Amino acid sequence: MPKITYIEHSGKEHVIDAPAGQTVMEAAVKHAVPGIDADCGGACACATCHVYVDDAWLAKTGEASSMEQSMLDFANDVADNSRLSCQIKVSDALDGLVVRLPKSQH
Amino acid sequence: MLAQARACFKARLRMTDIGSKHALRMANQINRIVIIGAGQAGGEAAVRLRQGGFSGDITLIGEEPALPYQRPPLSKKYLAGEMDLERLLLRPASVYADENIAVLIPLRAVWIDRANKRVRLEGGRELAYDALILATGARPRKLTLVGADLPGAHLFRTTADADAMRPSFLAGAKLAVIGAGYIGLEVAAMARQKGLEVTVLEAAARPLARVTSPEISGFFLDEHTAQGVRFVLGGQPAFIKGKERVTGVGLADGGEISADLVIAGIGVNPETTLAQQCGLRIDNGVAADGSCRTSDPSVFAIGDCAARPMAHYQSRMSRLESVHNAIEGAKLAVAALLDQPAPTVEAPWFWSDQYDLKLQIAGLFQGYDRMVLRGVMADRAFAAFYYREGKLIAVDAVNRPGEFLGAKMLIQSGRTLAPDLIADTSRPMKELVAAAT
Ligand SMILES: Cc1cc2nc3c(=O)[nH]c(=O)nc-3n(C[C@H](O)[C@H](O)[C@H](O)COP(=O)(O)OP(=O)(O)OC[C@H]3O[C@@H](n4cnc5c(N)ncnc54)[C@H](O)[C@@H]3O)c2cc1C
Ligand code: FES
Repeated sequence: MPKITYIEHSGKEHVIDAPAGQTVMEAAVKHAVPGIDADCGGACACATCHVYVDDAWLAKTGEASSMEQSMLDFANDVADNSRLSCQIKVSDALDGLVVRLPKSQH
Repeated sequence: MLAQARACFKARLRMTDIGSKHALRMANQINRIVIIGAGQAGGEAAVRLRQGGFSGDITLIGEEPALPYQRPPLSKKYLAGEMDLERLLLRPASVYADENIAVLIPLRAVWIDRANKRVRLEGGRELAYDALILATGARPRKLTLVGADLPGAHLFRTTADADAMRPSFLAGAKLAVIGAGYIGLEVAAMARQKGLEVTVLEAAARPLARVTSPEISGFFLDEHTAQGVRFVLGGQPAFIKGKERVTGVGLADGGEISADLVIAGIGVNPETTLAQQCGLRIDNGVAADGSCRTSDPSVFAIGDCAARPMAHYQSRMSRLESVHNAIEGAKLAVAALLDQPAPTVEAPWFWSDQYDLKLQIAGLFQGYDRMVLRGVMADRAFAAFYYREGKLIAVDAVNRPGEFLGAKMLIQSGRTLAPDLIADTSRPMKELVAAAT
C-alpha cells in the first residue's frame, strides 16, 4: 500500500498507509491527522483540505484543475506547490509522497 | 464495526462508575458529556472534545446503525452506487476507540431529566451527565397522502432510505420526484445520468422557490429541462397510486404521473421531541445562543435541530440545515464547554452538485433588494450576488468557486463590493476582494 507522509505545521510527522483509489485528504481524515479539516468531505466545495506538495512530487501529483485553482486563490498562505488534497488520488506512483500542512485551514 | 463500538462502550461503562464518584468530589467540574444524535454534528462534537483536551467520559448515542456519516453524497455519489458506506463514514471505528469515545448505536435516547441531569435510553438504562449536547438533526416531512406507505415510495434522509431505493434506481425506470428543492433536483440529475425517466412535481411556481432567486430557479429549470426532466409546477399530489407497489402519482387537478419509484423531498422538521419533553425553549428548533447553549446552561444544541443567532445578520435567529452549520455548532459548543476561545464564525455556506454544475452558496439571501450577475448564464459559469441596502449578503455561484470563496470572505468580514464592480468580469475576483472595503 502506498505510504504518505503528512507533516503538520508544527513539524510533527504522520506516516499513513493510504489505499490506492482514496484521496490524499481521505487517508488523512480516516487517520485523524490534525490540520486537514475537509469540511465538504471532498466535494471540492470548501478549500479546507489545503496542503503543500513536496517539490520532488509535484510532477507526479499533476496540475490543479481550473476549478481547484480558483479555490486555491482564496486559501490561506497559498504557494506554488499548494493543492487541495481531496483532488489528489492515491496511486502506487505516489508511494512515498510527502505533503506539508498549512498553519490553518480557515 | 458495531462490535468494536460496543466493546469500546463496555470498557467505558466500567470507567463511568469510577468516574461518577470522582465527579461527586469535584462538584462543579464537567466530567461526563453525553451527546444525543450521532450524525455529523454529534460525531464532530465528540471528536473535537477530545482534540480540545477533554479527558472525561464522552458518550455518543445514535439511533441509526452506522457510525456518523456524511449525508451529502447520499443524493449524489452514494445513490449512483459510486461510493460505499465505508467511504461515507466521517471517521472509521478505530478513531472512536482510540479517542476513548463510547458510541452507543443503534440506540435511542427517550427521556431527559434535567433536574437530576440524567438521560434515559431505550431499554431503561440511564446515563448521568454534567453537560448534554443535543444533536438530534431533522426528520424529513412525510407525505400525508393515501398510498404514501406503498413500497416504492421513499423519503430521503438516511443510508437506509438510499439503500431501499437503489434497487429500483435503474435505467428505464420511471421516477416521480415530489418537491424541487436541492435534494429533489440532485436526485433528478442523478436519475437522468443513470437513464431513468424523470418527472418533478413541485407545488410552487418554480423550483428552489424557498432557497434562491427566480433567476437562479430559471437557470436550473432550463438545465434540467434540457437534460430531459419533465416538470409539473404549481401541482399538488393528491394520492400515491398502486396496489402492491407504487404505479403513479395522482394529481389534485385530476392528472396522473406514471411512476415505478416516488421520491419525496419536501423539507424537514427539526427533531425537538426530547427538547420539548424536558421543557427547553423552542424557536423553530431548539433555541440556543451564539455559543449553542440552550435555555439550560448545562445543555447545548447543535446542527439541524438547533436555531442560533446569525453573527453576520444582526443576530437574527436562524436554523440552518447544512454541513457547515453542523461542524460550526460542534466547534462553538466544544469551545464553550472547554472554556476555550470561540472559533471564527463563518458566513453560512452550502453546495449542491447537479450534472456538471457545482452550485456554491455563501450567506443568507433572504430579504435581498438587488441581485447582480457576474458572468452570463449561457456560459454555465456565473455568480449571482445579492445585496440588501447596498450591502452584500449572499452569493449563488455556479461553476465559479472563486466568486463563492471571495464573497464568503467579504460577508464574513463585513465588507462589501459595489454592484458595478462585481459585474465587471475583466477584473479577477481575487483583485476585487483585495480592494474591497
Ligand atoms: C440527501 C441529503 C443531501 C444533503 N446535501 C447537502 C449538501 O450538499 N451540502 C450541505 O451542506 N448539506 C447537505 N445536506 C444537509 C446536511 O447533511 C445536514 O445539515 C447535516 O447532516 C446535519 O447534521 P446533524 O448532525 O445536525 O443531523 P443529522 O445528520 O440528521 O443527525 C442526527 C442524528 O440523530 C439521530 N437521533 C435523533 N433523535 C435521536 C434520539 N432521541 N436518540 C438517538 N439518536 C437520535 C438521528 O437518527 C440522526 O442519525 C444534505 C442532507 C441530505 C439528507
Ligand atoms: S475537502 Fe472540501 S475542497 Fe477538499
